[in-house]
Amino acid sequence: MKPIYIESIGIIAPGIENWQQAEAILAEDGCYQVADLTPLKPSMLKPNERRRTTLTIKLALQVVQDALSSSDDYSDLKTIFVSSDGDMDIVNRICQALTLPDHPVSPTFFHNSVHNAPAGYCSITTGFHAASTSLSGLNGSFSVGLLDAAVQATIEQQPVLLISYDTPWPEPLKAFKPHQQPFGVAMVVRAEPTKHSLAKLNLSLNLHGDIDQMDDSRLEQLRANTPAASSLPLLQSIIQKRSTSLLLPYLVNEQMSVEIEPCH
Amino acid sequence: MSISPIRVTAYTLTNALGSGVEASRSALKSHQSGLQPCDFQDVDLSTWIGRVEAIEECPLPAELSRFECRNNRLAHIGLQVDGFNQQVNEAVNRYGADRVGVFMGTSTSGIGASEAAYQQRGESNQLPKTFQPHTTHIIYSITDFVRSYLQLKGVALAVSTACSSSAKVFATAQRYLQAGLCDAAVVGGVDTLCLTTLYGFNSLDLVSAERCRPWDATRNGINIGEAAGFALLEREDVSCSGPLLLGYGESSDAYHMSTPHPEGLGAAQAMSQALTMASISHEAVGYINLHGTATPSNDSAEDAAVMQVFGDRIPCSSTKGWTGHTLGAAGIIEAIFSLISMESGFLPRCLNTKQKDKTLSANVLLESKQQSIDYVMSNSFGFGGNNCSLLFGSDR
Repeated sequence: MKPIYIESIGIIAPGIENWQQAEAILAEDGCYQVADLTPLKPSMLKPNERRRTTLTIKLALQVVQDALSSSDDYSDLKTIFVSSDGDMDIVNRICQALTLPDHPVSPTFFHNSVHNAPAGYCSITTGFHAASTSLSGLNGSFSVGLLDAAVQATIEQQPVLLISYDTPWPEPLKAFKPHQQPFGVAMVVRAEPTKHSLAKLNLSLNLHGDIDQMDDSRLEQLRANTPAASSLPLLQSIIQKRSTSLLLPYLVNEQMSVEIEPCH
Repeated sequence: MSISPIRVTAYTLTNALGSGVEASRSALKSHQSGLQPCDFQDVDLSTWIGRVEAIEECPLPAELSRFECRNNRLAHIGLQVDGFNQQVNEAVNRYGADRVGVFMGTSTSGIGASEAAYQQRGESNQLPKTFQPHTTHIIYSITDFVRSYLQLKGVALAVSTACSSSAKVFATAQRYLQAGLCDAAVVGGVDTLCLTTLYGFNSLDLVSAERCRPWDATRNGINIGEAAGFALLEREDVSCSGPLLLGYGESSDAYHMSTPHPEGLGAAQAMSQALTMASISHEAVGYINLHGTATPSNDSAEDAAVMQVFGDRIPCSSTKGWTGHTLGAAGIIEAIFSLISMESGFLPRCLNTKQKDKTLSANVLLESKQQSIDYVMSNSFGFGGNNCSLLFGSDR
């Protein structure tokens, strides 16, 4: 694999509202405070659409907005949305409705139930007509998305916006995944460096070994339980401008190695 | 942008017409539809469905029981026909298990398992402990199942972009092959009947009470079907024969979540990109397998897009009158129908369509015809305005 270059990162997590905050919080251990997720109000969505959409869709759109806020240069980006489970809140509502007389499935929930609903809203609000895909790779979803972004950027020689997001499972599904937190990260991936590049990455596969963890126990709690948050060691290395090599979870029992070199 | 073409060295499909390529080929030629009045579970909708027989009687082997759900069962049935699993084994012998990737498309994966679990909730609303959402319901479970069953260890992912999902896996696999991340790729699409899609499409008034009839003046909606399709893709220079994927186009409508752009903007963009990538003139294409769902707005948008890119000359049809709309599996099922057309020269008509809508202009076939063709296109468009067109060329 040829190297890739990362720029314009966005992030949303409990206690982290955006990339600017993350740059301060992740710069040193001990700065992170656990907090509730700030209410999401992505301005990309009209108020009536915000009411009709779910936390998952709003989270994905807000992190897109955060990533794209750093530059006006982005038009018609290709997008890759990756989420382990999609929108379990909608699954819960639909499965409940299906147990009731007459099966009153809401048409809005139904069309928002597709795994690519955040991608659909993103293209509608940004006007991006370029290719968009929506992926799942279970606990390795972030790495699966990053690898696909690297492949697309390299083969098609176009920048790609990667969005990795996950949200908590509602009751009664929660018993099967009790600790997942809301987490979203977005970044622009290119095959060539630009003046905005933050880091150069080399990806390689088929590795076994210990996955890199966060030193801060509260951040580690977030990382270990939420697929999108497995990006945290990478994000921290980029913020700390460290040249290093990390193992991130990829497919079941396999890891992806990411070699990182800061660009500035 | 041009791509390295890739070769389709094996393919198989299972749908309402039966298991295996021959079942689909002979049903197409004899105009035998697989649609039947809806008898799925206790569904009380007046509609027709494209149901695969005997899924209920085919449990997964004990060592794969963690994947037990209708969707993975259909995948299991589908992988065993046409010698597909043996052909994958031969690819493993050529390249090694860690060099064979798996790229699966699905819209709802095994959501039927969640529907059943909700029916069995206990007094305090808890779901049964035997429910295994990570290996049944979750989108990736279909990829996990296929990879486990075939014992593959290469790159893998699941694509879920609604009804374009298993068209896009061809584009994804082409890129991974070109990037050198695998030497062969199993691509596929599997979606099964479930209450979510039957009642969900019904809530949007998109389900027809009659047999679906694409491009008909009186068309009024879809019939939902289920299917599994698989293909083995390798680089062009492999010693096996087989048709070539020459180009693909992927685009977004950026218009509406469940309604296509009325002028077919994104659909036209996807078709044009596929032609450009393959460096093939639109005049060289001999047949288009349309997405053709038979809703009024979908067919009129696709008609506008076909007219814009191809004009009214090229023969085209939708095969959903045979199988119903197999949603996330439709991309690969109809790609394989296109390959069957190219191989046999048989261009199927739009089954059930009697009176073509006078406001539509594409050359939609009301009679099947025999005609030798070298290039085919297959269209797949999904909710969220997600479009994918594939262009295949013959091995001649």
